[in-house]
Amino acid sequence: MIVLEKRPQPSRAWSLATPLVAVLATMVFGGLLFAVLGKNPVEAIRIIFYDPLFGEFAFYYRPQLLVKGAPLVLIAIGLSLGFKAGIWNIGAEGQYIIGAITGAGVGLAFYPLEAWYIFPLMVIGGALGGWAWAMIPALLKVRFGTNEILVSLMLVYVAEQLLASMSLGLLKNPDGFGFPGSRNLNDYASANSWISQDAGMHWGVVAAMIAVIFSYILLNRHMLGFHIRLTGEAPRAAKFAGVNPGRLILFCLGASGALAGLAGLFEVAGPTGQISIDFNVGYGFTAIIVAFLGRLHPVGILLAGALMALTYIGGEIAQSQMGLPAAAIQVFQGMLLFFLLAFDILTNYRVRLNTRKVA
Amino acid sequence: MDISAINPVLLVASLMVAATPILLAAIGELVVERAGVLNLGVEGMMIIGAISGFAIAVETGSPLLGFIASAIGGAMLSLLFVFLTQVVLANQVASGLALTLFGLGLSALMGQRYVGVRPPQTAHLDIPFLSDMPVLGPILFSHDPILYLSIAIVASIWAVLKYTRAGLILRAVGENHDAAHALGYKVVRIRIMAIMFGGACAGLGGAYISLVRVPQWTEGMTAGVGWIALALVVFASWKPWRVLLGAYLFGGVTVVQLNLQAAGVAIPVEYLAMSPYLITIIVLVILSKDKSSAPASLGRIFHASH
Repeated sequence: MIVLEKRPQPSRAWSLATPLVAVLATMVFGGLLFAVLGKNPVEAIRIIFYDPLFGEFAFYYRPQLLVKGAPLVLIAIGLSLGFKAGIWNIGAEGQYIIGAITGAGVGLAFYPLEAWYIFPLMVIGGALGGWAWAMIPALLKVRFGTNEILVSLMLVYVAEQLLASMSLGLLKNPDGFGFPGSRNLNDYASANSWISQDAGMHWGVVAAMIAVIFSYILLNRHMLGFHIRLTGEAPRAAKFAGVNPGRLILFCLGASGALAGLAGLFEVAGPTGQISIDFNVGYGFTAIIVAFLGRLHPVGILLAGALMALTYIGGEIAQSQMGLPAAAIQVFQGMLLFFLLAFDILTNYRVRLNTRKVA
Repeated sequence: MDISAINPVLLVASLMVAATPILLAAIGELVVERAGVLNLGVEGMMIIGAISGFAIAVETGSPLLGFIASAIGGAMLSLLFVFLTQVVLANQVASGLALTLFGLGLSALMGQRYVGVRPPQTAHLDIPFLSDMPVLGPILFSHDPILYLSIAIVASIWAVLKYTRAGLILRAVGENHDAAHALGYKVVRIRIMAIMFGGACAGLGGAYISLVRVPQWTEGMTAGVGWIALALVVFASWKPWRVLLGAYLFGGVTVVQLNLQAAGVAIPVEYLAMSPYLITIIVLVILSKDKSSAPASLGRIFHASH
């Protein structure tokens, strides 16, 4: 019989190896899935993982990696802080939408004025919007003990309705011939997040890098980061150490909301260009996978964000070249999280063959 | 705007239809949580149930077979959660999220060929004479069989939990798994059965949306109903009849909101569509003060070695 024996300490080696093993397992089972769908699995895997980086048109796809990776990393960094402390913000998609609305709203309010201070104000607006949206579950949890998972998720649906209302009403382009959606911020120089469109560089990429560095310092060199880790690993010890759980909740949810809001703003002021009913593509949910795949570690999240961006881009190529359904990539990403959680057992437990008879 | 056009009798009848998916999913999750497991994958199991039920009903022309398939589909997906949380002892919150993300993707993949297809109609049980009664007839006696089944499930879950040995064991596992294990109960086996029951119920609820309530298939059509069901279990303080009450309350909000949209009330459609989610939050706030009735082992990982 196979038994599990709890390790006295989580294995460091396995903790680093499980994401890699999970990616390999996902490739194998994803390949099987593609084969079931009647596509050549080897070719599909090559198109998804190899072509965007080293294929014939890599010069076009590589910048895309930054564009798709930046929001994922930005959101996942925020989520990882809360996840580490056992505070589950799964409504990042909503905070992302609200950040985009408020940030773009600030920019559009200045149209057609051109000034250097507009974009910084939009950044602040986006961060504040996401922060405020995340404060709803945070304050309710601190004040009333309400479950933050359910409240933050419900607010995603509320935010989606608000987005529809905004793009059809308040923020609708007055010169848009009645079409839904706001003015295109790419045509408005002062409200534009691009640094170099050809290189895929926009301010969101910069912000993601800064977030990685800050979160690394916070978690490893700062008392607050220590409290976050302590609360997650030993809640009772944290209580004795004088950690204020209310403040921790407000900080973790607030930070992740602000980062998600920023991601939304950079996206809407750059790659998407405008507020429209369906400008959000689920980065807020995929970022949950990124956070786990990166082992809730800043550097890990950076790598995981790049990998997940690769599956988005590769998925799109496979869609156009092989007719692979868009949903197949979603399944593929979900599978990755499954394998990751499954292989994680090797980090905390030893698998032993037990020959001893149980009395 | 013409509120008088809303017929109260039809309103109550459609309220029950709107509430049934939430009711089915929530009563399943109630059993899972009473066994001490928090499965956040309800939304994923519902949508898998919705598409597997829809596909089988379309292919065979039989809604009944569709509903059976949806229960099997939901239970099959829950087996993934079983593997993650009961076999390899993964974090239940993360595993539940994984189940939802995976289920949404898989259902979109399975449902590609079924967009825009009309499913066979689910027959109503028009009980002779009784269904012809004014007011009470349309409200109580002329629904489809699944709606009656959902109420029967609530009643039997209540009876099993309250009066039977099996219910007592289930509750013991949920309240204190170590003690239950020491008494010789198979904690993991009982939990696996509870999770699969929850999956089957969620699957049925999903199929009720795609086969009766809407009826058609669109991607992501459950639109958060699974999450509302999770909130409902908290709302009901883990008591079956309160789940029924809560589900009908939410059904009522949904139906009134839709009727107001149709009647052309001055409130924009988007704000009306938000209302079920906002009300869920408000109800959660009001009721979250009292956590005493939550199963004590809820969400904790059980490992028999210690």
